[in-house]
Amino acid sequence: MIFSDHLLTVITFLPTLGALVLLLVGGKGEGADNLARWIALGVTLVTAVLSLYLWVLFDPASTEFQFVENYPWIGDSIGYRMGVDGISVLFIPLTAVLMPAVVLTSWSSITRRVKEYMIVFLILETFMIGAFATLDLAMFYVFFEGTLIPMFLIIGIWGGARRIQATYKFFFYSFTGTVLMLLAIMAMFWQAGTLDIRSLLSFRFPPEVQTWLWIGFFASFAVKMPMWPFHTWLPDAHVEAPTGGSVILAAVLLKMGGYGFIRFSISMFPDASHQFANFVFVLSIAAIIITSLVALVQTDIKKLIAYSSVAHMGFVTMGIFSGNIYGIHGAIFQMISHGIVSAALFLCVGVVYDRMHTREVSAYGGLVERMPRYAFAFMVFTMANVGLPGTSGFVGEFLTMFAVFQVNTWVAFFAAFGVILSAGYALWLYRRVIFGALTRDSLKGILDLDRREIAVLVPLVVLTILFGFYPAPILDATAASVGLVAENFANAIGAAPAAVAAAH
Amino acid sequence: MIQAIVFFPLVGALIAGLLGRIIGHRTSEYITTGLLIGSAVLSWVVFAGYWFAPEAAEGAGHAEATKVVVLSWIHSGALQLDWVLRVDTLTAIMLVVVNTVSSLVHVYSIGYMADDPHRSRFFAYLSLFTFAMLMLVTADNLLQMFFGWEGVGLASYLLIGFWYRRPSANAAAMKAFVVNRVGDFGFALGIFAAFMVLGHLDFDGAFHAVPEHADATMRFLNWDAHAMTVVTLLLFMGAMGKSAQFLLHTWLPDAMAGPTPVSALIHAATMVTAGVFMVARLSPMFEASEFTMMVVMLVGAMTAFFAATVGLVQNDIKRVIAYSTCSQLGYMFVALGVGAYSVGIFHLFTHAFFKALLFLGAGSVIHAMHHEQDMRAMGGLKSKIPFTYWMMIIGTLALTGVGIPGTPLGFAGFFSKDGIIEVAYAAGESTGYIVFWALVVAAMFTSFYSWRLIHLTFHGKPREAHAAHGHDDHAHDDHGHHGSAYDNAHEAPRVMLVPLAILAVGAVLAGLVFNELFFGHAEHIEHFFQGSVVVPHELLEAAHQVPLWVKWSATLAMLLGFGAAWYMYLRDTGMPARLAATNPGLYRFLLNKWYFDELYDRIFVRPALWIGNALWKGFDDWLVDKTLTEGLGHRVKDVTARVVKLQSGYLYHYAFAMLIGIAALLTWAITAGGLL
Repeated sequence: MIFSDHLLTVITFLPTLGALVLLLVGGKGEGADNLARWIALGVTLVTAVLSLYLWVLFDPASTEFQFVENYPWIGDSIGYRMGVDGISVLFIPLTAVLMPAVVLTSWSSITRRVKEYMIVFLILETFMIGAFATLDLAMFYVFFEGTLIPMFLIIGIWGGARRIQATYKFFFYSFTGTVLMLLAIMAMFWQAGTLDIRSLLSFRFPPEVQTWLWIGFFASFAVKMPMWPFHTWLPDAHVEAPTGGSVILAAVLLKMGGYGFIRFSISMFPDASHQFANFVFVLSIAAIIITSLVALVQTDIKKLIAYSSVAHMGFVTMGIFSGNIYGIHGAIFQMISHGIVSAALFLCVGVVYDRMHTREVSAYGGLVERMPRYAFAFMVFTMANVGLPGTSGFVGEFLTMFAVFQVNTWVAFFAAFGVILSAGYALWLYRRVIFGALTRDSLKGILDLDRREIAVLVPLVVLTILFGFYPAPILDATAASVGLVAENFANAIGAAPAAVAAAH
Repeated sequence: MIQAIVFFPLVGALIAGLLGRIIGHRTSEYITTGLLIGSAVLSWVVFAGYWFAPEAAEGAGHAEATKVVVLSWIHSGALQLDWVLRVDTLTAIMLVVVNTVSSLVHVYSIGYMADDPHRSRFFAYLSLFTFAMLMLVTADNLLQMFFGWEGVGLASYLLIGFWYRRPSANAAAMKAFVVNRVGDFGFALGIFAAFMVLGHLDFDGAFHAVPEHADATMRFLNWDAHAMTVVTLLLFMGAMGKSAQFLLHTWLPDAMAGPTPVSALIHAATMVTAGVFMVARLSPMFEASEFTMMVVMLVGAMTAFFAATVGLVQNDIKRVIAYSTCSQLGYMFVALGVGAYSVGIFHLFTHAFFKALLFLGAGSVIHAMHHEQDMRAMGGLKSKIPFTYWMMIIGTLALTGVGIPGTPLGFAGFFSKDGIIEVAYAAGESTGYIVFWALVVAAMFTSFYSWRLIHLTFHGKPREAHAAHGHDDHAHDDHGHHGSAYDNAHEAPRVMLVPLAILAVGAVLAGLVFNELFFGHAEHIEHFFQGSVVVPHELLEAAHQVPLWVKWSATLAMLLGFGAAWYMYLRDTGMPARLAATNPGLYRFLLNKWYFDELYDRIFVRPALWIGNALWKGFDDWLVDKTLTEGLGHRVKDVTARVVKLQSGYLYHYAFAMLIGIAALLTWAITAGGLL
């Protein structure tokens, strides 16, 4: 079937096509803005449906790459290559399904340069999906790096008061990281003679080379995740970004780091990954404990959620570098779940920000009185953030801690403190914003969720609870590929001591 | 049938929670209550199957538990966990306890919450709690138990904070959740360790693997420890949190900020006993570690003693009962710790009836007094609310364990509590005797504070109403009554009194009827439990053979406490004040609950906030951002400014320049690479 052969290309570039159409929209004023909104919504919805279709067509039993497209471009070494396996396939629906939510949440809150806003987001969507779907390292680099530009514009143009400083920081960090990755990519090319990811996966880099390559990729992904102590750009970027930007940043852009760790670090540099595992564990623990403590004392709602994202990503990195099937499985699950939950939390912040134009915790209190629906949705997401069993937040946290306990009990011991601390900061936030008596005059007229907000949040509530009770759709789709990655990793590090012994 | 028992409450919760506004409060109440009564009736049917199990099953000993697979859950590698409903004798007992008390509390709440504007939400929470608790007791693997465990924690959090306008309720709700999470920290690690050691998380698989690994060691943190000890101690930490045992007990008294029916259901009869249930359920695992068993016993004894001392001086009627609950849970853990699981479960069973009775009775008093909870403002209520008075008397008789040693006559607590004291003595050795005496002293204190409560509340003359008002008032407390609370005191409506009467029947008869099944001959216990808990034959025989003075000791302690309460609160009413004045240090130590809250605030809460602030302002903002990043950034900017005079002032111009540069570099590299 021709269509499904090119499904990945269609999904990836449909948003760009939408952006081109938007360019043609002329005129000014409300009419043109509305047209831009509807076009963006239509394009993102079609892309979302196609991405779900991709998920349906995807064969979970196979460990091979599927929907492969492979055309040489610059010699044989660089090509237009697309394809997904169990590691990457779910990030595409995650991205595509959240995009309509982003468009809807920006519907009335963005009034300046609406057309440009939608164009930038659609291009960003292409880059994000492309980064997950491509099977060529050069293209991965372009997509991965490409996401910086739209995000940079989103924060820089539609952001808050201190947006310039935030964009500067965001760019500075991400860029430094990716430059090192670029060097590593070049080095890989000299070694392997190709940038085809499928060939690279079966290529075995010498252990001493792996170390340097690993560091190069780590620099990029650690900033992207972000891992402690490379995280300080994230809270500022979140605080200044418009709601839609925060949603995409937390839900998708951070996941590119985790995806990269699994696809490249663990799979291509297993010896180095094994060697650096304890280092990553230390940073993960630091992320979980330290940023949770920092989240505890935040006074800005968005900043608190941003810090909690860093803590949750700590579970992801910890799980990935445990190197066993539970850890990688859990890490992917945690990323998908965090994609849903953090997006929803930022959307929730957006709801009250649109009404009150402040993110200060102290400006709120007693919202449940006037906004019971909002309180309910926020409670579900808060509990998912806390990792309550029965919500999607639990499964990933459980699997990653479970995995790391089998490897190193100290790490699991410290990570489990996250269980206590997350309850502390999340409930403390909920208590101050939602509970209490509604005494502020400014809040007396606040309205509950409108229909558009309900349309955005209800699906996320449903998914959060559904995946908590029945995580099989995610776990099954990823199981085979995760098993393969874990098996290869185990073989590689099992073989490593022998290689060392032979060298002596 | 088991599906119906477990999911009826969930259906009720969903209907009342999501559709409550549409269908109205009254309908929500009837639907949730009706479904719960249905569950309760079916539970008794299930229980009867085990109660009257034919003798033919004898010899089989370990009958298979009934299991119903509902849905697959977490499948990853060797980890294959499903949602399974498991029913055996232990589960059946818990089903009866949970659903009976829950349905009665639902009925009672129709009266108690009649004025509340958020009733349907309240009933949704109650039903949600019941569902989570049922998932906990029907769990077939450790993780599903953990689900129920956290689920009841969520419901407890929501219900304690039900009156969300009150800062005290919100603080208590959060405290309950966080302190429980400290216990869950251990529970979670225990689950990981159990899988590592035993290779299974489902109960049957894990229990079968225990003998094989009984002597194994594992490396935990820096120690090579006895594996089963590590596993069980970690799991027990979870039990300590949920069952409010010493060191993790601080949340329970504060949890009384919730509506009183909640206290009866969650913080007396069901949720707090989850820890006891867990240890009993995992008895084959706990048996593998003598050290853990000793810890369980000592923690239980310490809690029983500690909570009873604090209960002596509290003035809030609900707090007295809360500390009493804490203390009675300690008794249960002692029974588990010596290995007499059936006796611990027996006390759980009887305690559910009489403690729920006492709490609902207290609720009736509070209702009568227009939400006054301070006992110093009560007194002489006997004539005003006689029915409640007699119900409270029955509850007190059951709690203090009134009965005649050596005969099968007595209230519920007499059988179960005295049973625990006897097995503690029979366990022997030095620790057994220390624990035995701690329990006897605690029994005396129990009797004292229980009768103090009765005397202060119902006997004597009515005292002037204190200014302190409304600990348990409804969200709106303008109830337009004039005159003192005493004058207006009135008996509760019938819908609240019927549940009291039913519970009273249980408080009188539960011990008498079920003694043989739980604490009779070892064969009978074995037959009844069908292998769902470990039954130590020798210990039980020894417990039945203890000297007569041991059997009488608890009764004497009870009489002593009764006498002291009578003397101090009816005869010489100035005496408590004089005692407090002569021992101010001790009095304040007890009144302030051994200063645990202050201690924890100093060593945990405040340092956490301080460190958080220091790390944020000091590390993130100052060191990383200001010093390193910005410093570096300034250097870069300085250099570029000097070398290239392209200061447009817009940051992103620089950024784009950089990006284009990199793109050029990349193109070069790729082309060069491609051509080579």
